[in-house]
Amino acid sequence: MKLEEFQAKKLFGEYGIPVPDGIMVTTAEEARSAAEKIECPVVVKAQVQAGGRGKAGGVKLAGTPAEAYMAAESILGMDIKSFRVERLLVDPAVSIAGEYYVGITIDRRKKLPVMMASASGGVDIEKVAAETPDQIFFQDINPERGLRSFEARQIAFLLFPDKKKALAAASIMMKLWDCFHGVDASLVEINPLAELEDGSIIALDAKIVLDDNAMFKHPFMEEMRLPTPSEKKELDAKSHGLSYVQLEGDIGCMVNGAGLAMATMDIIKHLGGTPANFLDIGGSSSPEKVIHAMELLVSDSNVKAVFINVFGGITRCDDVATGLVAALQEIRTDIPPLVIRLTGTNEEEGIRILSDFGITALKDMTEGAREAIRLAGEGGCS
Amino acid sequence: MSILIDENTRVMVQGLGRDGSFHAKQMKEYGTNIVAGVHPGKGGSIIHGFPVFNTAKDAARETDPECSVIFVPAPFAADAILAAANAGAALVVAVTEGIPVLEMSKIVIELNELGTRLAGPNCPGLISPAKSKIGIMPGGIFRKGPVGVVSRSGTLTYEVVNQLTLAGYGQSTAIGMGGDPVVGMKYDDYLELFEDDKETELVVIVGEIGGTDEQDAATFVKERISKPVVGYIVGRSAPPGKRMGHAGAIISGADSTAEAKVVFLRDKGIPVADTVEQIVDLVGERLGGRN
Repeated sequence: MKLEEFQAKKLFGEYGIPVPDGIMVTTAEEARSAAEKIECPVVVKAQVQAGGRGKAGGVKLAGTPAEAYMAAESILGMDIKSFRVERLLVDPAVSIAGEYYVGITIDRRKKLPVMMASASGGVDIEKVAAETPDQIFFQDINPERGLRSFEARQIAFLLFPDKKKALAAASIMMKLWDCFHGVDASLVEINPLAELEDGSIIALDAKIVLDDNAMFKHPFMEEMRLPTPSEKKELDAKSHGLSYVQLEGDIGCMVNGAGLAMATMDIIKHLGGTPANFLDIGGSSSPEKVIHAMELLVSDSNVKAVFINVFGGITRCDDVATGLVAALQEIRTDIPPLVIRLTGTNEEEGIRILSDFGITALKDMTEGAREAIRLAGEGGCS
Repeated sequence: MSILIDENTRVMVQGLGRDGSFHAKQMKEYGTNIVAGVHPGKGGSIIHGFPVFNTAKDAARETDPECSVIFVPAPFAADAILAAANAGAALVVAVTEGIPVLEMSKIVIELNELGTRLAGPNCPGLISPAKSKIGIMPGGIFRKGPVGVVSRSGTLTYEVVNQLTLAGYGQSTAIGMGGDPVVGMKYDDYLELFEDDKETELVVIVGEIGGTDEQDAATFVKERISKPVVGYIVGRSAPPGKRMGHAGAIISGADSTAEAKVVFLRDKGIPVADTVEQIVDLVGERLGGRN
């Protein structure tokens, strides 16, 4: 779960990391009064879970409350990388003397958290990594011991030769680790970590991605979730035990298992079709789940054909068939033409249940994908 | 031969709730040598013919298992893995899905110190066909044979194995190594074992988007593996916007898309199949008309 900047800054603040004293607003009028409260000039920043806001025009400097109002009006409602701007952060503007980068994430290869830092901050850090990898410094962190003071100082002095600034940066790094560990993040990032003209060090931007697996430890974090419209659909699917991602094609897919679901989308694309979604119905296959899955697919008006691909391992083919028949009887709206591939545990029984209902199941995935593409091409008359 | 497990491997099952109990029965029916179960509060009972203990330590003292398979719910699973390792299990297979990544990162350090191998978490387990099955794989689709299979996925592994079996290519051992960011053994650990296994003549690696494990595997194959390796990567049609932050790629300097992985594997001389059927073709070309 990704947090927005204003949420991440609030958490950083709670862990003692210096952040600007900003105000989150949702209207231009609120932006004006926020700018009145904060000493102008202020920065008005779009709150979206995407990078490149500045380039997209989602960050504006305002010298007066009236300018803040106008900036807010122009940014609210903008589309930034398909995220619609609904919230703004009004921060006091500061005079920046230098921009740096600090982040902590899990190194999958070392299986450890690692801190990354660079004197080339304020820009796309992936670009720095690709073009000048020697400008990024790394520090492995033993997760039991945590980041130690001397480890933070080793990195801080590489960024700041001045002792006072280096110690301030090291202190921020220690607190950033406390935050990463404390909230079970999979990524925390300060970009830029800014040196101001008065010599102080402050986090001017904040990014936190929380580990979804650890949400049970932090139930209050769930309240911070601000889903976009497409995420709402995905979250609703998740509450029914389904993993769903909408795409733009015309062949709806229902598959058991994430790997097989991706393979199904790939084979459709390989054969010249376009998948409308990723949908993993998971291991168990209760009729309710299949009904919800079917409803999800039908709710997407782009879907011209549905390809159901089930490999019965732990999932039993007869369970899926029973669920599917129940779903087809329950869903009243027009259902696009269906192709069903069923194989594995109890396949004979599953195929019989479907054929009693007038549905022919195929046993081969490629054959099923080909048939779904043919049906989608026909414009969906079943 | 096979890798990691065979008909003699003594197995304990931790977490005998609905799923654990169901799969313990399936494993036993497959022929797995289950010697004990562990479930706090069920100590002293007998389930599916094996004795159940309250703690892994009790089970170890009485039945001396070499391997433990974990079905314990996510909030308690990392602790259960450590309990197994500290009770002396040489191999722990963690089926449980949803263990916090930082907890896994903490326990892998201790597992290394104890010398315990970990498969998973969030994995379907492993199987040496006709010998032993540890985890949740459907036994019926596997046949004994010369192909090693190592995958990050569950059902996709079954799909691949099923087509190999139908084409006459059996498996020495098949492994789902788990889909989480931090897992115990990875491709290179399994490849090294397959390299030394007399029964294995070829290895199929099944990968997907995310992380750079496949690139690491390809580099390892090029440097260390003499047996033929065939690759298959899914997720070429996955939307790029759905990727997590690229921070992982900053560390490795590599890209985590399916395309990048396919290119990387081919660069290292590993043939990559575009479809599951092509895996069978590539395996057939390398093993000769064995079927």
